[in-house]
Amino acid sequence: MVHFTVNGQSVTVDAPDDTPFLWVLRDKLGLMGTKFGCGIAQCGACTVHQDGIAIRSCVTQLSDLEGAEITTIEGLSETGEHPLQQAWVEEQVPQCGYCQSGQIMQAAQLLDEVENPTDDDIDNYMSGNLCRCMAYIRIRKAIKRAAQIQTGGQIQTGGQNHD
Amino acid sequence: MTKTKSTPDAVMAATRRQFLVGSVAGGLMMAFAVNHTALGAARTLGAGAYEPSIWFQIGPDGRILVNIAKAEMGQHVGTALARVVAEELEADWADIEIVHVDSDPKWGYMVTGGSWSVHTSFDQLSRAGAAGRIALLEAGAQMLGVAPDQCRARNSMVMCGDVSVSYGEIVAAGKIDRTFTDKELAALGLKPASARRVLGGAVKALDIPTKTTGEARYGLDAQVEGMLYARPVLPPTRYGSKVLSVDERAAKAVKGYRQTVALEDPSGVCQGWLAVVADSTHAAIKAADALKVDWQAGPRATMDEAGILAEGERLVNDARAGALWVQEGDVDAAFQSADKIVETTYRTHSVLHFQLEPVNALAFEKDGHWHIHSGNQWQSLILPVLAQALAVEESRITLHQYYLGGGFGRRLYGDYMIPAALTAKAIKKPVKMIFTRSDDTGFDCVRSPSVQKVRSALDANGMPIAYDHAAAAGWPTASMAPGFLAEKVEGGGKADSFSISGSDHWYSIPNQRVRAIKNTVAQETFLPGWLRSVGPGWIGWAVEQHMDELAHAAGKDPVAFRLALLDGKGRNAGEAPASTGGALRLKAVLARAAEKAGWAKRDALPKGEGMGVATCFGQERGMPTWVACIAHVAVDQDKGDVRVKRLTSVVDVGTVVHPDGALAQMEGSTLWGLSMALYESTAIENGMVSDRNLDTYSPLRMDQVPELDIEFIQNDHMPSGLGEPGVIVVAPAIANAIFHATGLRVRDLPIKLKA
Repeated sequence: MVHFTVNGQSVTVDAPDDTPFLWVLRDKLGLMGTKFGCGIAQCGACTVHQDGIAIRSCVTQLSDLEGAEITTIEGLSETGEHPLQQAWVEEQVPQCGYCQSGQIMQAAQLLDEVENPTDDDIDNYMSGNLCRCMAYIRIRKAIKRAAQIQTGGQIQTGGQNHD
Repeated sequence: MTKTKSTPDAVMAATRRQFLVGSVAGGLMMAFAVNHTALGAARTLGAGAYEPSIWFQIGPDGRILVNIAKAEMGQHVGTALARVVAEELEADWADIEIVHVDSDPKWGYMVTGGSWSVHTSFDQLSRAGAAGRIALLEAGAQMLGVAPDQCRARNSMVMCGDVSVSYGEIVAAGKIDRTFTDKELAALGLKPASARRVLGGAVKALDIPTKTTGEARYGLDAQVEGMLYARPVLPPTRYGSKVLSVDERAAKAVKGYRQTVALEDPSGVCQGWLAVVADSTHAAIKAADALKVDWQAGPRATMDEAGILAEGERLVNDARAGALWVQEGDVDAAFQSADKIVETTYRTHSVLHFQLEPVNALAFEKDGHWHIHSGNQWQSLILPVLAQALAVEESRITLHQYYLGGGFGRRLYGDYMIPAALTAKAIKKPVKMIFTRSDDTGFDCVRSPSVQKVRSALDANGMPIAYDHAAAAGWPTASMAPGFLAEKVEGGGKADSFSISGSDHWYSIPNQRVRAIKNTVAQETFLPGWLRSVGPGWIGWAVEQHMDELAHAAGKDPVAFRLALLDGKGRNAGEAPASTGGALRLKAVLARAAEKAGWAKRDALPKGEGMGVATCFGQERGMPTWVACIAHVAVDQDKGDVRVKRLTSVVDVGTVVHPDGALAQMEGSTLWGLSMALYESTAIENGMVSDRNLDTYSPLRMDQVPELDIEFIQNDHMPSGLGEPGVIVVAPAIANAIFHATGLRVRDLPIKLKA
């Protein structure tokens, strides 16, 4: 038995210790927004937050989650209107959409750490997330727009940007 | 209509039928139908006695539901198609909803690929919308007590002077019963581009919001009560493997493991396959890893990439091999009078689809009917195969559609449904089969390695007078849809158009011959697949580099050389409506791209930098999307490093139905082209794909994105397609740019420079 919270709810899961957390979320908890892409932490489709840090749930074992606070795409915002989600719609980012839960969860951590990210910041944080439709240009724009929504300020410009 | 059903033309041909508009069960339904009797539209529709290929309905609340029979895989196809309807229907866009339908035969032939969707649906959907508007306008005029010709329809309302009635109110009155004959439908006057209110305007795609909240449902998310989880266990070769023995001991130690099923497949898709069944995905994955299986491998168990390419090399040099695709003038005679002959050979290596959602399917039988839940692009292709595998009638199988976590051609073939269905049949329980990434890539229908030889003759003025092109590769269509092989030149043999399109280019050269050659060794080793941009995606690698090599041999500028050949004369004049304007439209996008990219100053670039050009006409001569691309690269020869600084693409797709969606397709496809040019490729080793996951397979990432400059030509020609054409031009433009920067000619794809 492993106890933790998901999106603010306490849960107890009875499954083998080595079960990847991705499959706990999907098979046991019915949270389908987190996706399976590679299974080896190389695509980012399974990104969730563990105690506020973006992790790859496909390589995180259930036994590592005792007492953890987990946030998934379903819990990022109660209304689905997190600044990143707003920006994702405004910039019309998703194509097939399959990677986008992971992209948004990864970007959420970026914005937690860097208020107004430059292109280089975005590349550094986001290059581990594969978008097979290659909507990268829009992901970059949407992160900047979300930063703007979040701070009410201007989009960062300057030498470190390269678009 | 063509006589034979099994050609792409027949699939693409708009099937014109009677169009019915009638009040049914409190709403208004609109549908195409055949065998419409004297019952009237409303009763026919009410009885379900219609065979619509498309339909839409309006509720008494004014909501307009448009049924979409095309797969949503990132192209926002439902938004694009619904907008075509809304334009002529004079609907308020805010009233529109879309739904993606199942595989019921009433939807007609179901395929989403080839960048066809908008092109093939445009006329039919426009007329359907117009017919609906006329019926509503007539009924609305009657309600207002005025003549129809005094009314106009706008924003889901019928208006006359300062009085109006909404579509919802007209529908609620329930009195519409209108039939349009085939002829009447064809005679409806459609709006000129200048009068359009919907198409070409800004809109947010209907599928995007749920793709930002985790609510969008993909095949992977399909569930049913009581389902078990399964993972396939793949044989060592695609064809001809047999299971000799299975040792379950270690698998049995995995908690949640249930059983292993040896799949007997009458359809032949699964040869020597097993399926591990368990209580959870994790247990299925782990137990399959623990299973020890001894196979007798199929006959191509030792084949590799080099062996396939060697066979391709042999074939392109055998003048008798293959089927004729183009035969113009007298090629051999022209070579006799050549001033200069240029002969070059190009190769491309295996490429994976690597759609991010690994293939999967949920299958179960309920009350004698099979239900398959899975994302798929070509329902009509896999249904008969499933029927054969399950030994039931096609009418007893329904495919339930989901969003596709990437299509790119991988989900044109629904072969991944077969092992799920067979496992469910064997254990008599619902089965959710998930392929791991390694299973997915190992079982991928990769883009075949290819070899192309192009030989051209130049006259004394440096103008090409003969062009002789041979292309050898595995043919997807030969394995998956042999009925679609077509004879292009009378008596010239049958070819896979999807493995040769692009060679029939729009450059005016008086004598041309093209041969399409099936590489049987490739065919027997793996299942060749249709991959985004399909034939032109690798054919263009040869055509557009060869054009550059000819320009160089003739001592001419590569853009000027092409412009001179794009004269729009003879066979290159184009044909209304699909290719109106012909090669002159390609010439225009090329001139524009050169202007935008600063081509004229390319020789003033810093040392190690260069510009290269390529053009394409999309997926098929009959449905051209005109694209020109200029690549600006920086090459570090010491390190063997190629950096793309900017890609400038100009596109003429005709009418742009959904501008932002169109731009998204061009951005994505251009980066796909770059990814395949520099970063992606695998090799067949011992009969299988060697790169099975992202530890060794490396598609383009965020930090590798160059500057993109994409422009659409604005006109009101018939819309073509956009999912793929942007891919084609990128790799040859980069190779040509490397040549300009360094003098090095790279004829193998992906591009690798020696350090």
